[in-house]
Amino acid sequence: MSAPADPTPKIALHAVAKAFGPKVVLRGVDLEVARGESLVIIGGSGTGKSVTLKCIIGLVSPDGGRIEVDGAPLDRRRREDFLRHFGMLFQGGALFDSLTVWENVAFRYLRGAEKLPRRKARDLAVEKLRRVGLTADVADQYPAELSGGMQKRVGLARAIATDPSVIFFDEPTTGLDPIMADVINDLIREIVVEMGATAMTITHDMTSVRKIADKVAMLHDGIIQWTGPVGEIDTTDNPYVHQFVNGLPDGPIESLR
Amino acid sequence: MPVLTLPLGFLAAIGRAFLGLLQATGSLTIFGAHALMHVTVPPFYPGELMRQLMRIGYFSLPVVGMTALFTGGALALQIYAGGSRFNAEAVVPSIVAIGMVRELGPVLSGLMVAGRVGASIAAELGSMRVTEQIDALVTLSTNPMKYLVVPRVVAATLAMPVLTGIGDTIGVMGGYLVGTSRLGINPSNYIQNTVNYLTAGDITSSLVKGAVFGFIIALVGCYQGYHSARGAQGVAQATRNAVVTGSILILAANYLLTEVFFSA
Repeated sequence: MSAPADPTPKIALHAVAKAFGPKVVLRGVDLEVARGESLVIIGGSGTGKSVTLKCIIGLVSPDGGRIEVDGAPLDRRRREDFLRHFGMLFQGGALFDSLTVWENVAFRYLRGAEKLPRRKARDLAVEKLRRVGLTADVADQYPAELSGGMQKRVGLARAIATDPSVIFFDEPTTGLDPIMADVINDLIREIVVEMGATAMTITHDMTSVRKIADKVAMLHDGIIQWTGPVGEIDTTDNPYVHQFVNGLPDGPIESLR
Repeated sequence: MPVLTLPLGFLAAIGRAFLGLLQATGSLTIFGAHALMHVTVPPFYPGELMRQLMRIGYFSLPVVGMTALFTGGALALQIYAGGSRFNAEAVVPSIVAIGMVRELGPVLSGLMVAGRVGASIAAELGSMRVTEQIDALVTLSTNPMKYLVVPRVVAATLAMPVLTGIGDTIGVMGGYLVGTSRLGINPSNYIQNTVNYLTAGDITSSLVKGAVFGFIIALVGCYQGYHSARGAQGVAQATRNAVVTGSILILAANYLLTEVFFSA
């Protein structure tokens, strides 16, 4: 008999609220992501998807609510530990212009607690670049010399460089052509499964959702309107999900014309 | 009461501007205190510090040197022209030396570096903010204050006294070249007068001013870039504010330091 799976969620948000001046973005987000699960948050632009991720990372301080990792509140000290085993792919790549591709990928290995000799760090970076389908000859190029799709791959290589236990993906396919978007989706899925990492993705790309997600959460009006397995997004009778998934102009989500 | 609307609106605008100034001053002070706190707490990034010393110090040498050379020469001409009205042409070397070392050397070096380095720091950090590179640092367990701000502030504070000292020397040399070649002053007399009139206090004040101006330039540049608004316009505004605010603060600090060093 196998041991029962750990019921404690890897990441849990309880009534997380955030406002910027008079603009209330999150009104009480409740969300749980199990260990090794891939959760995708969907929702329109400006509904607070990025703010939710930023609250977890600590880039934005929530006004209220509680964020837990492995069942314990994420205070400052625990967040530092959380970030040591964390990777993130940013929407625009967020690669450092002044560093070469391999220095970007090996950023953690070139400084701080995990510092390695440069040659060893470069070898590890090249290995990760290969994992995302890039050859060693891009290692010494600068990010500005690469196409958008290649920059995304480099960003992905940097996110997985230290084999993190949690990975966030912020709009991973935005700005890519459909073929490259499909390649990135496949890579994300493969890597997350292979590493057994817990993943959170925000996107409005339904193709990404179907490829990447185990579970989907619909964020609208500052709260999670629906969560469920990815297989149920087409059959659920939740009006928000139905309207969003089918791209309908009429429904509870207001569309400006 | 339409008669009262105009003056009240005017007063409200002044009030808003004043409150905004207080808020910006407080915010910059807190940012500076954070930067100073991180200077003493590891991890340190010596590689970044060396890179910034090169960018801020070494690559500013031509700008500072040329500015000082021409200013020293022009100062010698002006003092000679003014002094000749009172038959006091002999004071050219001493006034050029005192003027360059006490005031023009540090202030002009500061203003030139504020334009070159302050703007560059604000634009670089502003672009990093807009493209989420600063957020990416956080996700890579790297504190942006330690990695971006501290090396720039420390490098500028260390490099500016050296630049100022070099600027002072080149400025005095500019006066010497003009004084000896155009105004017919005896070269050995020129050097003798310069050495006789300069004191250790003059040189100390110049170097201290340089260090303070370097700190101001890097701090304001980092602050503006770090808090840059989104988009190209946000970066442009951060860059402009870095130069304008940095320059004004340099001039204000120069007055205060002059009071400290030279008021009787």
